[in-house]
Amino acid sequence: MSDQAVSLPPATIGREASGPSGPKPRHRFSRRNIFLYGTLIVVALYYLLPLYVMVVTSLKGMPEIRLGNIFSPPLEITFEPWVKAWSQACTGLNCDGLSRGFWNSVRITVPSVILSIAIASVNGYALANWRFKGADTFFVILIVGAFIPYQVMIYPIVIILREIGLYGSLSGLVIVHSIFGMPILTLLFRNYFSSMPEELFRAARVDGAGFWGIYLRIMLPMSLPIFVVAVILQVTGIWNDFLFGVVYTRPDTYPMTVQLNNIVNSVQGVKEYNVNMAATILTGLVPLIVYFLSGKLFVRGIAAGAVKG
Amino acid sequence: MSKSERPNQLFRNLNAKIASIPMILTALVVFVGGTAWTVLYSFTNSKLLPRLNFVGLDQYYRLWSTPRWLVSIENLLIYGVLSLVFSLVIGFVLAALLDQKIRFEDTFRTIFLYPFALSFIVTGLVWQWLLNPDFGIQHVVRDLGWESFSFDPLYNSSIVIYGISIAALWQGTGLIMCLMLAGLRGIDEDIWKAARVDGIPMWKTYLFIIIPMMRPVFITTLVIIASGIVKVYDLVVAQTSGGPGIASEVPAKYVYDYMFFAQNLGQGFAASTMMLLSVMIVIVPWAYLEFGGKKRV
Repeated sequence: MSDQAVSLPPATIGREASGPSGPKPRHRFSRRNIFLYGTLIVVALYYLLPLYVMVVTSLKGMPEIRLGNIFSPPLEITFEPWVKAWSQACTGLNCDGLSRGFWNSVRITVPSVILSIAIASVNGYALANWRFKGADTFFVILIVGAFIPYQVMIYPIVIILREIGLYGSLSGLVIVHSIFGMPILTLLFRNYFSSMPEELFRAARVDGAGFWGIYLRIMLPMSLPIFVVAVILQVTGIWNDFLFGVVYTRPDTYPMTVQLNNIVNSVQGVKEYNVNMAATILTGLVPLIVYFLSGKLFVRGIAAGAVKG
Repeated sequence: MSKSERPNQLFRNLNAKIASIPMILTALVVFVGGTAWTVLYSFTNSKLLPRLNFVGLDQYYRLWSTPRWLVSIENLLIYGVLSLVFSLVIGFVLAALLDQKIRFEDTFRTIFLYPFALSFIVTGLVWQWLLNPDFGIQHVVRDLGWESFSFDPLYNSSIVIYGISIAALWQGTGLIMCLMLAGLRGIDEDIWKAARVDGIPMWKTYLFIIIPMMRPVFITTLVIIASGIVKVYDLVVAQTSGGPGIASEVPAKYVYDYMFFAQNLGQGFAASTMMLLSVMIVIVPWAYLEFGGKKRV
């Protein structure tokens, strides 16, 4: 306690003269705080370490990597690995880099996000406001279905897609993403629309608005936040998908994750670790940007979407 | 349709029904139909193409006498127990630390959660690099003077699954922490005050009062972790491709390889049915508690 008095800032001492008041002053460097912040900082460093190593490795040249230490900062910063990863890295016979995978992923993610959210929001709206007989049964099937391992359903879907002639195409993959995004998104929208005041819906009904009218003119404009949450959830989820990409597309339409894995884990040629790490960062960049920009909304999204597992 | 009759039951809410067609199709055709189809064909000897040639439980006998499947199951169990225990413990401890009204809470939370935004492929590749014995952690520690230090989980078949678990924990504990933190925030402040008045030490308050109160959160978290464990696939593919040898194989990879590479569909179907069964063991009691008791979702 004695060292506490010594290091008290002058303002606190002055106040002490007029008698103690308020809660017992907590010292900033109490043993509890040292333990608390110490632990948190150590853990935070552990979590940041892989990101740091990724960035540092991608900025070094190969000779420096062979000689040095993965944790040491680069002596000579070079952006060549990034350029190479983007436009020259090889998968099989193709040597046009990750850019192809990137654009494939964009062409997969954008329509998948739009389609899955459009379907799921209408579903949620129908379930919340226009219940028909049996609707809840389908909903429960949908939610329980979210827990079925994908491996059980991938082959039947291959057959369905082959029958309708979409197997191997990007549109086929878009449909698959819309199907598997449906349970969680429907739950999200259903709960949101259920929490909206019932009178709003009734008033619109009295004024003669129908199913689509109420959806487009009242529900949609009022539920912007939940749409943002859904977009965050879907963009990261679909961008990060590997299994569906590898099953339902062909090598020239592979999404970025699949191409990244093929580049890094290819057995031929000399391993260029700096290029690999640059490619890895490039692939992780989109979800990371979404994450850092969205902040609290991301947390809300995963808390709501946690059922997805 | 004559106008004098009562409107047909089928046409009530017609728009809602039309709008729900994608949901109904997904639920019935993909989820129910697809699952039933796979289970049905797991009793056949389909090879390259699915054929309805029933052979009873043959595929399952074969499955359970294939060393690779047994290794996969063993790995899944170790991985499962590790992720369950460590992600719950670490997630809860981190959440409890963040709940102490600390400064920079948002910064810490952002740091702990960012790996969750990354894909398993990215996670696997980063940790493959960090655990690379020639360049990674082992190399760095040896350079510091500890020559005999050995830490090469990805190249040692007896501990490879632990190397994968490390990466999985790095990626997933942030999510658990967030769920736990939300649970902790939901606890009434008065409980803490009462415990403090009674002079109960903090760790005891957590262990005997707070954790029992957070039972629903723990159950939900448990279900999330459990269903994630069974699905583990991309991480293994990225980190080790199942190697060295077959030491880090997992069931999801077994299914994929038998369906799309070994052209032995029957084995793939049987293995995926086993996966379904194991998930159902976890999900059915939970779904019963969650949806069965009261009419609420």
